[in-house]
Amino acid sequence: MSTVLESLNTSLHKAMHTDERVYLLGEDILDPYGGAFKVTRGLSTAFPERVLTTPISEAAIVGVASGMALRGLRPVAEIMFGDFVTLIADQIVNHAAKFRWMYNDQVRVPLVVRTPMGGRRGYGPTHSQSLEKMFLGVPGLHVVAPNTLGDPGQLLEAAIADDDPVLFVEHKLLYTRPLLEADKGDLVDYEIQPFGAPFTSYVLRFTNHAVKSHLTLACYGYNFELARQAALELLMEREIFCEIVLFSQLSPFALDPLLDSLARTHRLLTVEEGGLTLGWGAEILARLAERSNDFSRCHFHRVAALDLPIANSKPLEDAILPSVETIIHAALELCEV
Amino acid sequence: MPDNYALFRTMLLIRRFEERLLAEFSTGKLVGTTHAYIGQEANAAGIFSVTDPGDVVFSNHRCHGHFLAYGASSPEGSDPYRLAAELMGKATGLVGGRGGSQHIHWRNFYSNGIQGGILPVATGMALAEKVNKTGKIALTFLGDGTLGEGALYESLNIASLWRLPILFVVENNHYAQTTPIELAVAGTITGRFSAFGITTLERDSTDVLEVQAAALEAVGSVRRNGRPVGLILHTYRFSAHSKGDDVRDPAEIARAREKDPLLIHAPRLTDAERARAESEVAAAIADAFARAEADPLPNLKDER
Ligand SMILES: Cc1ncc(C[n+]2csc(CCOP(=O)(O)OP(=O)(O)O)c2C)c(N)n1
Ligand SMILES: [Mg+2]
Repeated sequence: MSTVLESLNTSLHKAMHTDERVYLLGEDILDPYGGAFKVTRGLSTAFPERVLTTPISEAAIVGVASGMALRGLRPVAEIMFGDFVTLIADQIVNHAAKFRWMYNDQVRVPLVVRTPMGGRRGYGPTHSQSLEKMFLGVPGLHVVAPNTLGDPGQLLEAAIADDDPVLFVEHKLLYTRPLLEADKGDLVDYEIQPFGAPFTSYVLRFTNHAVKSHLTLACYGYNFELARQAALELLMEREIFCEIVLFSQLSPFALDPLLDSLARTHRLLTVEEGGLTLGWGAEILARLAERSNDFSRCHFHRVAALDLPIANSKPLEDAILPSVETIIHAALELCEV
Repeated sequence: MPDNYALFRTMLLIRRFEERLLAEFSTGKLVGTTHAYIGQEANAAGIFSVTDPGDVVFSNHRCHGHFLAYGASSPEGSDPYRLAAELMGKATGLVGGRGGSQHIHWRNFYSNGIQGGILPVATGMALAEKVNKTGKIALTFLGDGTLGEGALYESLNIASLWRLPILFVVENNHYAQTTPIELAVAGTITGRFSAFGITTLERDSTDVLEVQAAALEAVGSVRRNGRPVGLILHTYRFSAHSKGDDVRDPAEIARAREKDPLLIHAPRLTDAERARAESEVAAAIADAFARAEADPLPNLKDER
């Protein structure tokens, strides 16, 4: 059984092998270390000329990669911790993501920026955040987050093949997780319907369509692990049936699968690890409010991190980040109405 | 100025504190991460032996040694207890468990875990001391790897342009995580400062007395002239970057250990003094960790 880490690593090997335009840039990515989270392990040995270990210069890493992309290469930049995306924001927002449209569609910027986000490892306020929400809605940028259901490596290959810049957000806790297999384990009762291309997302419905689902859980990345666990407990202990809409592409995003699910359940819970205020769930709810035919009959709630930095101390970090318990609690409240 | 005994005691306190921490991490008692200062003790001990407790310090991810030496320069002396409590995530920690290893604050001491980001902030602190006419200076620390961050050069330019009382301490331990300086730094370190008209002092030494002498000159110059200075200290860290992987050549580490700052300084003390330092430090650390361990964890509800 392969892990998310192995899947990502294998896909980088494959991409570099099949396309000589693919370059890697990042801090401490050379073997034997192979990167802070080992996603780039083995690549500098296999492709020494195309793996560029860089100084600690995040803005330049992404800027240089963006220039390479404009001129026909397909660079993949690694930012060691997602918290440092603030340092590359200008290169993404005012440079890479703008070029194509600003130059009247005459250029392409096939750039991938990969970065690990998320907490729960006790790394404290500057190494634990989920800052992707700051990049959602940036025109010209695709934001993609792998999960354990789809093939993360395939998503990464699609990101590399994408002619537009992609921010590829990897939750740290996903790396060691095994990839799920349909019809196995806690997925056994679910029918899995893919949607979207090339970054495939999924709707998980009960195979038995006669079952009336009570609630839709919308999530992405690592929070799919929590949402699945919560859905299982809600089913076993409360006989509450959940559908899960699992997004791989966060921005821009497809609303229809969510609208369909909501039409069945009339209840939606969004789950994210970024801060609540003006976050991912807020945009989803706003779009549904605009598009749903019977919005007034539906009930909504968002589970997210508290609007605080992520503390180092475990009890504080646990209280700040969403958990299986907070999802269940919110789901029960939603189902009471 | 502190005597040989005090310098030794400060370095030993840092050494034993960091050793204890690494041990606690490896037995799983502590979680998260840490960056040990082992090997670089002469820098912090030397520098903070010539600063004023009112001077303002902005330190980086490798801040425990700086903090313990800063504490040692305060009238009450250094107390590792609240740092230990912070690392254990306790409510009594330096910042109540919110920050942990890289994010601490006590009196005029601050640290943060973003490479380079602290440098403009420290520059602004120097400006505040200047406009408030306090006569105090700002000190900030960066490693060789952090020479890669553009914010450094924006800070050097402004500090020089506006004549700000700040000491930039570059601790060149020749590696940034796993990246040797040869793969990360073009040109020279001094050249970076001189490009902005900032004078530098450079020492390739782990002898605390040599570092102290250089620091005395550098700190004195910043205070007298109200202008920035770069203090470049070539050094080596003996332990891994944080907790785990170390890709450096063991023979290289062994060679560096021959210049252990404790070994260099120890002969300047009597046997009895060394034994006293060992037992004082052991007692202080045992007490700090025992008290910290017994302390309560924070609770978000209490905080609101
Ligand atoms: C902006 C930013 N980029 C990367 C990191 C990850 N990181 C932490 S310490 C470090 C190496 C720092 O090297 P150096 O400046 O030489 O200091 P040393 O660790 O050697 O004391 C790196 C890359 C970070 N904390 N902040
Ligand atoms: Mg270094």
